Amino acid sequence: MIEVENLTRYFGNIAAIEDVTFTVENGEILGFLGPNAAGKTTTMRILTCFLPASKGTARVANFDVFQNPLEVKKRIGYLPENPPLYAEMTVYSFLDFIAKIKGIDPRDRKQKINTAIEKAGLDDRINTIVKHLSKGYKQRLGIAQAIIHEPEVLILDEPTIGLDPKQIIEVRELIKGFEGKHTVILSTHILPEVSMTCQRVVIIDRGRVVAEDKPENLMAKLKGSEQITVVVGGPESQVIESLSKVQGVSQVTVIQKGADNKIAYSVDSSLHAEVTKELAKTIVKNGWDLYELKKAEMSLEEIFLRLTTQEEEVYN
Amino acid sequence: MRKIWAIFEREIKSYFVSPIAYVVIALFLAVSAIFFYLILSSFVQRCFEVDMYAQQWRQMSPPMNLHEWVTRPFFGNVATIALMILPLITMKLYAEEKKTGTIELIQTSPITNIQTLIGKYAAAVVLYILMLVLTFFYMLFLFAFGNPEIGQIFSGYLGMFLIGGSYLAIGLLFSTFTDNQIVAAVTTIAVILIFWVIGWLSNFVDLGLGNMLNQLSLIEHLDDFEKGVIDTKNIVFYLSFIFMSLFFSYISIESARWRGSR
Repeated sequence: MIEVENLTRYFGNIAAIEDVTFTVENGEILGFLGPNAAGKTTTMRILTCFLPASKGTARVANFDVFQNPLEVKKRIGYLPENPPLYAEMTVYSFLDFIAKIKGIDPRDRKQKINTAIEKAGLDDRINTIVKHLSKGYKQRLGIAQAIIHEPEVLILDEPTIGLDPKQIIEVRELIKGFEGKHTVILSTHILPEVSMTCQRVVIIDRGRVVAEDKPENLMAKLKGSEQITVVVGGPESQVIESLSKVQGVSQVTVIQKGADNKIAYSVDSSLHAEVTKELAKTIVKNGWDLYELKKAEMSLEEIFLRLTTQEEEVYN
Repeated sequence: MRKIWAIFEREIKSYFVSPIAYVVIALFLAVSAIFFYLILSSFVQRCFEVDMYAQQWRQMSPPMNLHEWVTRPFFGNVATIALMILPLITMKLYAEEKKTGTIELIQTSPITNIQTLIGKYAAAVVLYILMLVLTFFYMLFLFAFGNPEIGQIFSGYLGMFLIGGSYLAIGLLFSTFTDNQIVAAVTTIAVILIFWVIGWLSNFVDLGLGNMLNQLSLIEHLDDFEKGVIDTKNIVFYLSFIFMSLFFSYISIESARWRGSR
């Protein structure tokens, strides 16, 4: 649905994005992840034909964004970072205006406006003036505006920013609901959002794509070793010694010392070694108390930090 | 066409839900009414004087030309007031959208920059036409108490429409350059003033160039309309002036995308 090839955009001499390449399949939700100023917004603006690229091509539904901007724009719903709204209009008249400039058939207009209002949860604010809406409702209106013409592609730039937790969940549900129906690109710097809503992630940093995969694959790929946390009640030196002898374990370190001789250890093991069973056996055999034994999952945060701060490691 | 109408409709509504339209129309009418009153009063005074003079010398009092004394100077004044007020109508057209970011909304919607431009310009022109129509009430006084020539008044209004249209086009152009409305308005006024006085320069340069500068002057072409002469030459001048300004606006909007400024 969306094909981006070697996209580069310079602002003066500075490259905001460089050689960005990725594709998005029909009906897929793609997370576009990166720290602030990584080039997410620039990429999105090029896809929505707001900015031309300096180099490279981007196609939406097989229309080139540069050669056929009108065809592309017809198929795209775009929510910029700050929802662009006319402060002096009411919610309904704003959507009415949007429906008109998006070229919605006048006969369908009313029904489509109502659908968008309903989907975005704006029912109780139809006649409110945009200026008086809260941040959350403005964001919803921005989403309503993007989906009103039922576009094939939705491009959402930080859609949950500035919302309260309940609204964030609602918006995420809304986006998840687009799966299969719309192709979605969603940019964010909030990581759990990606693992919750997206099927695939593109991580971008300083204008370059540093990783592209499914969230779970990304985690697996980056894990060189597995970490297990064990909390044991027993003499420290002996515990370390016997745990280190378990096959597959490379290192045992103390994380935290608690009361009652309870000590938390971090056990590094090689991948797929399945050492948990053996660890438990060893501890029980020695007559120590086992309080806790769990695999430490590497969160997206850690992956993200690794990718964006230690690029060399990833490339090797 | 439907999209142009949508832009036009939104702009007109935004004029009337904000105080802009009311303030601009009220100021325009108030100031032009003061001028009209002063002009009319001095005309009436002049009539008395002429009458007195005639009686003193036992002559018939000569006929006074309402057009020469009232409508012609009135139109001259309206053109000046419009110069100050019309930039306030156009200043927001693009500058505001740039500032609030709604330009991103417009430019990522399936609507061309030309359609947007025409819609916006049309909205400003219609507001100006409304202002002109309201000044016609002053003219009704002349019809009630005198016999002005409708043709001359029509030609005057046509001139007002064309020169105002030129101001608005220049205003639109300068609104595309900046996201600051004040800057847009002030530069518009300055540039229009330059086009007013450019004719004076002709006195100080050689004949060929002087003639050209004279022809570029905005007021130079207004004179005939005020006199009641409708000359295609002048109409063509204003229309091409408007066209050029709108064309440059279009170029400016397109090029802003390439420069990447918001």
